[in-house]
Amino acid sequence: MTLLSVRNLSLSIGRHPILSDVSFDIGEGQIFGLVGESGSGKSMTALALMGLAPASARVRGTAQFGGIDLLAQTERQMTRLRGRDIGMIFQEPMTALNPMKTIGDQVAETLLVHRAVSRAATRTDAQAVAAEKLARVGLPTDRFPLSLYPHELSGGQRQRVAIAMAIALRPRLLIADEPTTALDVTTQAQILDLLRGLAADEGLALLLITHDLAVVADMARQLAVMQGGRIVETGATEPLFRAPRQDYTRRLLRAAEHRPARRPPARSTDSSAPLLSVEGAVRDYILPRPSAFAPHPLLRAVDRVSFSIRPGESLGLVGESGCGKSTLTRAILGLDPLQGGAIRLGQAPVTAGRTMPAALRARMQVVFQDPYGSFNPRHRVSRLVAEPFHLTGRPPDADRRIAAALEEVGLSAADRHKYIHEFSGGQRQRIAIARALIIRPDLIVLDEAVSALDVRVRAQVLDLLARLQESHGLAYLFISHDLSVVRAVTDRVLVMQSGRIVEEGATEDVFADPRHDYTRRLIAAAPKIPETWKEDADADAD
Amino acid sequence: MKASLYLGLALALAALLAAAASLIWTPHDVTALSIADKLKPPSAGHWLGTDHFGRDIASMLMAGARTSIAVALVAVGIGMGFGVPLGLLAAARHGSIVDEAVMRGNDLIFAFPSLVIAILITAVFGPSAVNAILAIGIFNIPVFARVARGGALSLWTLDFIRAAEVAGKGPARISAEHILPNIASLLIVQGTIQFSLGILAEAGLSYVGLGAQPPTPSWGRMLAEAQTMVTLAPHVAIFPGLAIVLTVFGLNLLGDGLRDRLDPRLRART
Amino acid sequence: MQRFLLRRLVSLALSLLAASLAIFLVIEVVPGDPASYMLGLNASPETVAALRDQLGLNAAPPARYLAWLGGMIRGDFGISYTYKVPVADLVLQRLQVSLPLALYALALTAMLAFPAGLVAAARRGRAADAAVMGATQLGIALPNFWFAMLLVLVFSLHWQVFPAGGFPGWDSGLGAGIAALTLPAVALALPQAAILARVLRSALIETEGQDYIRTARAKGLTRGQTMLRHALRNAMIPVMTILGMQFSFLLAGAIIIENVFYLPGLGRLIFQAITQRDLIVVESVVMILVFAVILVTFLVDLAYAAIDPRLRRRA
Repeated sequence: MTLLSVRNLSLSIGRHPILSDVSFDIGEGQIFGLVGESGSGKSMTALALMGLAPASARVRGTAQFGGIDLLAQTERQMTRLRGRDIGMIFQEPMTALNPMKTIGDQVAETLLVHRAVSRAATRTDAQAVAAEKLARVGLPTDRFPLSLYPHELSGGQRQRVAIAMAIALRPRLLIADEPTTALDVTTQAQILDLLRGLAADEGLALLLITHDLAVVADMARQLAVMQGGRIVETGATEPLFRAPRQDYTRRLLRAAEHRPARRPPARSTDSSAPLLSVEGAVRDYILPRPSAFAPHPLLRAVDRVSFSIRPGESLGLVGESGCGKSTLTRAILGLDPLQGGAIRLGQAPVTAGRTMPAALRARMQVVFQDPYGSFNPRHRVSRLVAEPFHLTGRPPDADRRIAAALEEVGLSAADRHKYIHEFSGGQRQRIAIARALIIRPDLIVLDEAVSALDVRVRAQVLDLLARLQESHGLAYLFISHDLSVVRAVTDRVLVMQSGRIVEEGATEDVFADPRHDYTRRLIAAAPKIPETWKEDADADAD
Repeated sequence: MKASLYLGLALALAALLAAAASLIWTPHDVTALSIADKLKPPSAGHWLGTDHFGRDIASMLMAGARTSIAVALVAVGIGMGFGVPLGLLAAARHGSIVDEAVMRGNDLIFAFPSLVIAILITAVFGPSAVNAILAIGIFNIPVFARVARGGALSLWTLDFIRAAEVAGKGPARISAEHILPNIASLLIVQGTIQFSLGILAEAGLSYVGLGAQPPTPSWGRMLAEAQTMVTLAPHVAIFPGLAIVLTVFGLNLLGDGLRDRLDPRLRART
Repeated sequence: MQRFLLRRLVSLALSLLAASLAIFLVIEVVPGDPASYMLGLNASPETVAALRDQLGLNAAPPARYLAWLGGMIRGDFGISYTYKVPVADLVLQRLQVSLPLALYALALTAMLAFPAGLVAAARRGRAADAAVMGATQLGIALPNFWFAMLLVLVFSLHWQVFPAGGFPGWDSGLGAGIAALTLPAVALALPQAAILARVLRSALIETEGQDYIRTARAKGLTRGQTMLRHALRNAMIPVMTILGMQFSFLLAGAIIIENVFYLPGLGRLIFQAITQRDLIVVESVVMILVFAVILVTFLVDLAYAAIDPRLRRRA
C-alpha cells in the first residue's frame, strides 16, 4: 500500500527554481532513502511536504498522503497533521531541543498539542506517556529522569529525545533529515538501529534523507537520487547500486568508494630517521573547581601518546569526537605547550608560540576542515596563499610562486586576484592546500581536510593530495573520523580513544584484522556498501 | 530599507553641513543681542524666530550643531581609541587574568551611567564642554571594548586565525591584520549608535548646566533657557528639540542601514 | 545554585568596594582639600580648619576611606554641610519620590514595549512591523527632557489633566502622588520603551531562526504557539539584560526629569548639592545610585539563572 505519493513537486523562491517535478512513492512501513549532495534539494523536499518551506517559497504539485493532498492543506490543517501523522527529526541534535525546557515537557508537548487524539488530557497523563516513549528510544526514566534538560545529555541522547518527540503519537511517516550526520560513527550505528527497529515494530514508514550512500545501502529498501532539484533515478536499493542506469548515480557511487592511485608504501624507508616524532606527549586541561575551595581538577586530553612519521609517509589518526585528536594536533602544530613528553620535528623540539623558530615552523603546514572559516574574507587569494611566507621571508619571485602553487592544485593563476567568497567549497580546500604547499614543507597536517566536502569533490581532492605527495615527497598526518577515507589514503594508522593510542599498525592490517576491542567496534559500526553490490558497478565502470 | 539608509545619510549630512557652515557663516551673529526683537515668531528675517534675547534661533542651532557634533565625535573617538585595543587584547588573551581585568573594569564603568560620571567630574572640576566630552567618552570605553571583544572572540575560533598562528604570527599581528578588518563593520555601526547617543547625552548635560557653558551655543542649553517661556513662545522650545530629534533619528537610520549592509550574516555565503 | 549565589554575592561585594573606592578618590583625594573647596575662596583659615576637623579630614586617606565605608555599612552617611541633617535622612526622604518614579517608568516601559515588540516580530516585514519600527526609531531619538516639556505643554497647560510640576507628597493621597509622577514617568518611559521593543523584536526574530523552533513546528505547534511557548522564553535573556540596564538609566535619567518637573527627588538633591558644593551629599547620592545599578545587575544575574537551566546547574 502506498502511504505517500509525491507527484511533480516543484518549488521556487523568487525566480530561482529549487525543486523541479519531484515524484516518488513511499509504501507503508517502508524505509525510503533520499540521497544527494549538498544543495540537491533533498531537505527542501522534506520541508515542502511538512508545509514548513520558507514563506517566500512557491510550491506546486501534489503529495497524496492517506487520502489527502499535503500540498493543498491550509496551515491550520497542517498543524493538525504535523506531529500526529507525520513526525520529523533534524540533523543537529545539539540545537534541535529547546535548552530551557525539560526533556519530559518537550516530549509531552507533542501529546498536549494534539490533545484530541492523544487522550492525554492532563500534563500528568502526557508525562506518563512521555516516560514510556523515552524508554522506547533507549532513555529509561530511572537513568534519564523527565526533569533533565537537553544540555545534560550527549548528542546521541538528544537525538533519541527528538525521535521520542516525533514518534510519541505513532505517526505513519517519520521524516529523518540527515539524522546521524552530526554524530560519531558508533552513536550513528545505534541511532540507525533504533530507527530500523521503530519502522519494524510500529509499522512506521521512514523517509531517510542523507548524503551518505553507505547509510542508505544499509537502511533503505527503496531510494531516490537527487541532483539539482530533480530526481535523477529511483528504484529498489540493491539493483540500483548494482546497476545504476544514470551516469550521475554511477559517478556518485564510484566517488564514494574512490581510492586514489598511490604508490605502495616504500618499506625501504623503515630505517630512515623519523620526520616527526611524538614521545610520551601529555596535554592537560584545567577544569572549573567543583566547589568553592577545591583545587582545579585536570582533564588529561592527551595521555602519553607516542608515534612517529617517516619522510614521505602518510599516517592516519582516527578517533571519535572528544578523543583528543584535535588537542594533539594543536600541540604538534606548536600552538599549545605540552605538560609532559616531547615532540620533535627532524631533530629540533616543537614548542608553543614564539619560542619555536620560524625555520622549524616552515617545515610543517596544515589544512583545516571548514572551507568557509579557513580564510580571511577580506583578503585576496594572493595574500591568503602567501601568508606562510611570514616564516621564510617573502621571496623575490613570490608572485610567480603564488601562481605556480594555484596551478599545481588545479586552479588558474588569475584566481589569485579574487576574493575567497568567489570559490566553492572544493576550490577553497584546493586554495588551502596551495597555502600549505607554497613554502614547500616536509609535513602537512590534514585536519579533517575532506570531511566537509561532497563525495565527488572529495574524490578529486584526495587524488590531488596523492599526486602532490608523490611529486613533492610530502609526509601527511591525516586526521579523520571517516574510516573509509583513512583506509583509502594512508600507509599506517593510529586509533585514538580517550586521549590514548589504542592501536597502531599498517592500515590494511588494522582494517583487516583489528586487535583492540575499540577498533573492532569502530569498524563494525561504520556503514558499508556490501562488497557484493559493488562488483556490477565496478564492472560497469571499467 | 535602502530609502531609510539614504534618509538617515541626508539628515546626518545636513547636521554636519550646518555645523561646518557655521564656522564661516550664520544668517545672523549668534552673540548679537537685541531685546527689541525678543521672542519673535518665525519670519523672513528670522527663519525660525528669535529667543528671549532677540538672538536668531536658526543661527544658534547651526552653531549648536557644532558643539553637539564636536562633543559626540570626540567622545566616540575616546571610546574607540581606548575601548577597541582593550577589547582586542582581552579577546587575544581570552580566559586569562588580563581578560578578566578588562571585563571587570568594564563592569565597574558601566555601574556609573554617563550622567553620574558627569556629576562626579563637575562636582570636582566645575561644568564645561570638555568635562561633558570626558564623561561621555569614559562611558563609551566599555561599550566599544565589549563590541570589539565579542566580535574578536567569535573570529578567534575560526580556522584562518589558526592558519595565521601556524604561519608564526603573534597575537598582536593577528589582531591587527586579521581581526580588526573583520570587526570594522561592527565598530562603524556601533560608532554611529554611540555618536547619536553622545548627541543626546550632550544635550541632556547642557540642559542641566553640566555641559558647554555660555557663550558656547548648545542645543541643550537653548532648551533649558526656553523652558520658562514655553507658553509665551513655543517655537523657542520646539526648534532646538526638533534639531536634536532629527539629527539623532538620522544617525540611527544610518546605523541601521549600515548594519544591514555590512553584517556578514546577512550577506550570502556564496 | 548555592555556589552560583555565593559567587554572585562575592562579585557584588567586590564591585561595591571598587565603586566606592573610585568615588572616594574622585571626591576626596583628587581635588586636594575638600574643606577649602566646599567653603570657597573667601573662607578664613580658621573656618577651614574647623571644617577639616569636623569632617575628620586630618586623618590619612586610607583611614578616612575605611571610616566612610564603615559608616555606610551602619547606615551613617555623615551630616550634610548645608542642610545640617544626616545625609541618610535626606536621601531616604528623596527616595520616596525617585524610587516610585523609576519603578513607575519601568512598568510603563515594559507595558509599552512588550506588545509592540511581539506584534512587530509576529508581523515581520508587514505594515505593522514597519510602523512599529519607524515609531521606535523616532522614540529613541527623543530627548526625554524635551519630550517632557512637550507633555507639559499639551497635558498641563493646554488640557490641564496632569500637574505641570511639583510633588504634593504621599500624605496628600496616592492619587495625587501618582498624578504628579505620571507625566515624568511617561517622559522617561517612552524612549526606553522604544529601545526595549526593538531589542525584544530582534531577540524574537533571532530565536525564531533556531533549530528547536523548527522542531516545535514539526510537532504541530502553530506559529503563535511556538512564539509564546518556545521563542519568548529564550528571547528573555537579552531583554532582561536591557531591562536591567534601563533601570539604571531611568534612575539616572530621573535626575534630569526631576529638574523639568521640580520634583523633590535625588536628582534635585544632587544638583542643589553641587551648586552648594556640599561634597558629602554628592558623594553619598552618587554611591547610592551606583549601588542601585550594581544591585540591579546582580538581580538580573539571578533572574538569568532562574530562567536558564544551563546557568543554574553548571555554575
